[in-house]
Amino acid sequence: MQTVKMVVTGPFSAGKTQFIQSVSEIDVVATERKISSDSERAVKDATTVAMDFGRITVDEDLVLYLFGTPGQKRFDFMWEILSEGMLGFIVMVDSTRPETFREARSILETFRAYAPTPYVVAANKQDVKDAWELEDMRHALRLDARTKLLPCVATNKKQVKAVLLELLYSILAEMESGK
Amino acid sequence: MALRGNLRDFTITQLLNLINLAQKTGTLIVDGPSEQAYVSFREGKLAYARIGQEDGSLASVLHKANKLNVNQYRAIAERSGRMTDKELGLLLINAGYVSQEDILLNLQTHFTDVIRRLFTWVEGFFRFENEILPPEDRINVRLDLENLIIEGSRQLREWEQLQDEIPSLDMALKFTDRPMTNLNLSVDEWRVVKYIDPKNTMKQIAAAAKLNDMEIRRIVYGLIQAGLVEMVRPVNVAVQLNPKMFPTQDKEEQRTLINKLIGRIQKL
Repeated sequence: MQTVKMVVTGPFSAGKTQFIQSVSEIDVVATERKISSDSERAVKDATTVAMDFGRITVDEDLVLYLFGTPGQKRFDFMWEILSEGMLGFIVMVDSTRPETFREARSILETFRAYAPTPYVVAANKQDVKDAWELEDMRHALRLDARTKLLPCVATNKKQVKAVLLELLYSILAEMESGK
Repeated sequence: MALRGNLRDFTITQLLNLINLAQKTGTLIVDGPSEQAYVSFREGKLAYARIGQEDGSLASVLHKANKLNVNQYRAIAERSGRMTDKELGLLLINAGYVSQEDILLNLQTHFTDVIRRLFTWVEGFFRFENEILPPEDRINVRLDLENLIIEGSRQLREWEQLQDEIPSLDMALKFTDRPMTNLNLSVDEWRVVKYIDPKNTMKQIAAAAKLNDMEIRRIVYGLIQAGLVEMVRPVNVAVQLNPKMFPTQDKEEQRTLINKLIGRIQKL
């Protein structure tokens, strides 16, 4: 049995767990705990403290694992462990919470430094009225024109698939360019 | 229990606060990433500080502060022999080269600078030795720690912000495509700018420009904010596929594997 993995990262409450749940064939093994901080509880009730774990079986010989990282900075010691040997990574950003953009940028830079692997940025909650437009987000996140910034709704399987496919196309393109 | 631990858990500012509140006497020894620091206290006040093998002698401090010229400094270094700093200080005051105030003020400035540099240390181990007193042969000062603690707290906040903005110094920099005009750069900024090249990591630039982690981050942050540069992966480690990513090392099999994944996800 061959296994490969992708990592889904991003700030607290960006939608990472939901993203994995939308495509995983198993119930996501989520290590969630009730939130104790008042400010964080105002956003959601439970958060990932170790990792989320989803699976997509390709065939009897190949399985893709999706790992979701905990969003809070105090768990960043987990990030490097989870990023080891990943095919690529997805940075989830909540399009309606510009106060998290700076942190998203920081997480992106941290992961870029861990592993020089392909990545895409998913602008989550694009279906919400207050969502920032992609081009504005690109400037705020300081993404260059080559970086794929994709609209996403983490509860929408079709859009989650599109994000995963874009990452795989990037990996394939890198393989082709580095023949 | 002995006061010892890791700077990751207990910052320099927190240590100074504790020493101040407990009015401790002794020496704080910090093993930093590449150097060791000795900071001595008497009853919670800073008495003496030294980093690594730096020459923190009175003659050296006064020379750096332009109170002694090169010839005077050399002559003292040659003739002072086993003279202690206290003896040298008296000699210089009696000869009319400097006043007692000059000596104390310059030593205080020097020790404060050492502490400021210590604030940038975020990795390392520390221990406080009650038995190691400030060195007898050096002139000790009595400097209140409160202002240093406040300054350290400010610097810590700045450090945390800079760490968020520039988490890794293993990334490189490149000039943005936007045209820049009328830029006024400081000497330190020029020292960084001249090394900007996607081949050079920020760590390498810092080493070449003799800047510490905090200084390079501060300068790079300013350059990024001004739209002059952007962070990129170093050219020699441009996007590459790590062999560990795949269960097979055969390129063709790797390609097949990715295509299988694409096919599977399309069908989901």
